[in-house]
Amino acid sequence: MSGLSIAVRTRLGALDLDVALEVPAGRCVALAGPSGAGKTTVLRAVAGLLRPDAGRISCGEESWFDGERGLSVAPERRCCGYLFQDYALFGHLSAWRNVAYGLREVPRGERRARAVELLERFGVGALADRRPATLSGGERQRVALARALAPRPRALLLDEPLAALDARSRGRAARELSRLLVEVEVPALLVTHDFGEAALLGDEVAVLDGGRVVQRGDAAALSARPASGFVADFTGAAVLTGEVRPPVDGETGVTVIALDGGGEVRSTDAGEGPVAVSVHPWEVAVEPAGSATGGSASNRLAAEVVSLAPVGNRVRVGLALPQPLTAEVTEESVRRLALAPGVPVVAVWKAAATRVTPR
Amino acid sequence: MAERLRGAWFGALLVAALAVALTFLVLPVLAIFLDTGPGQLLDSLGDPSSRDALKLSLLTTTIAMAVVVAVGTPTAYLLATRRFRGRELVVTLLELPLVLPPAVAGIGLLAALGPQGILGGLLDDLGIRLVLETAGVVVALVFVAAPFLLRAAQSAFEAVDPRWLEASRTLGAGEARTFARVAVPAALPGLLAGLALAWGRALGEFGATLMFAGSFRGITQTVPLAIYDRFATDFDGALALSAVLVAVSAALLLSVKLLASDALR
Repeated sequence: MSGLSIAVRTRLGALDLDVALEVPAGRCVALAGPSGAGKTTVLRAVAGLLRPDAGRISCGEESWFDGERGLSVAPERRCCGYLFQDYALFGHLSAWRNVAYGLREVPRGERRARAVELLERFGVGALADRRPATLSGGERQRVALARALAPRPRALLLDEPLAALDARSRGRAARELSRLLVEVEVPALLVTHDFGEAALLGDEVAVLDGGRVVQRGDAAALSARPASGFVADFTGAAVLTGEVRPPVDGETGVTVIALDGGGEVRSTDAGEGPVAVSVHPWEVAVEPAGSATGGSASNRLAAEVVSLAPVGNRVRVGLALPQPLTAEVTEESVRRLALAPGVPVVAVWKAAATRVTPR
Repeated sequence: MAERLRGAWFGALLVAALAVALTFLVLPVLAIFLDTGPGQLLDSLGDPSSRDALKLSLLTTTIAMAVVVAVGTPTAYLLATRRFRGRELVVTLLELPLVLPPAVAGIGLLAALGPQGILGGLLDDLGIRLVLETAGVVVALVFVAAPFLLRAAQSAFEAVDPRWLEASRTLGAGEARTFARVAVPAALPGLLAGLALAWGRALGEFGATLMFAGSFRGITQTVPLAIYDRFATDFDGALALSAVLVAVSAALLLSVKLLASDALR
């Protein structure tokens, strides 16, 4: 099995897309970024549905696109399994005929059996004769996956595979998809605007912003060591802006940042000048206003509760420093501290959990 | 309250408009059947010249529709799926026959394909004669009816989700296979609706046929021409033949609609 090698440049309206990526066989790279970052364009270029202005795309030894040589292999000869965002199932064909569409190598008489077998693998064998319009979002996604994998593709391309699902079916679909991606032996390139999804499904995450890959690595590394305020924000951290204050005698190994709008934050990261400071919500604790100082957490900032939003078994607390900050606490803590909008509190977190990136 | 009254007033206006439209459009059609007894209808069908006209109409419109579908469907697909410079101009040129008076269409066809026309010499060299021949009727029908199919087919293809066409390509189907297996089946209801419109227009064609092909019984005299031929001398006969034409057209429209709803299921 051979990997994908992508290096493309293309103009897309006002956006200048310039992306280089290697996707080894059997691995899944999640291309993550906000909408309009050019993620889908990369997928379309790999599949051959869009011709980039310049660059190279190859799968193993086989060249699919070469701007210099003017080579562009037709999509039907690249054989990429493409999962479209809204699945793009053929509405005039039943589920099994959708799957059988790509089974041209299989003798006509065996196509139905083979298609149903594939549908069964995704737990939707019983829906073989149904038209897409009568299927739920989750069912459609499985039929579309079966269809994309039917012709034994050389690469798997997934465009926002979970975006069209409702919150309830998304969790289950995500788990199934991550299991599938482990099994698949071809290179897989997945596109998502959701960092959590990228972290769950990708062996590696590449963050795309403004047409360029700004950072790539495994999700934990990106989350712990964001290369920029954008990446920090994207990974779900709260991002504050401020300026590094020159060190005062006795302060070693710690950077002090004066936040825009008031307050000081300490970080173990080095930095200078205007910076973005990021901290993940689960690193931030909330204490009653006026509580005694102490403990190892060196960031203690007065804040006011702005909002409360339950997320699973936790509650996301929106705070104003006055810059916005998010803390994640248990429901029990919300009751014990009587948290409600307008309540003054102290936000507490460690200098070691504070990331500083140039701005 | 005032809000509701205003709504009621507008609703009544809409219903009144529908009533007027329905009466005006249906009455003449109804009158044809009310004035024609079943006996007259059968007599008219028994008349050899009527049967010749009916046979000729069915034959020429069928051939014309085959030509229109074979050339018009790929043309409409191209216009619906490709963007190129001058596309709007091409679309407008293809729609032009829609607004052309039939007499002008006839003159135009004579000027282009008649013995003294631009291509007349070429056709003559090839041994093809159109004027005053059955083939000429087919040419006139194609000319006036094709734009109806083109328009409907183009919007039908434009309504097909472009992702479907792309999905087909990534699943290993080339452009031709994608056209045949995805685009045409997905657009079928719209294509059939276009075919019904074009066929209806062809069945009723009068002016261009008369000017380009003439009105010779058994050769170029289609049902509308036969009706006109009798109108002065035998009004009842003309009426009966009209009833036959309406019945055939309605049956055609209905069967195509049934086919389309079948394709949707």
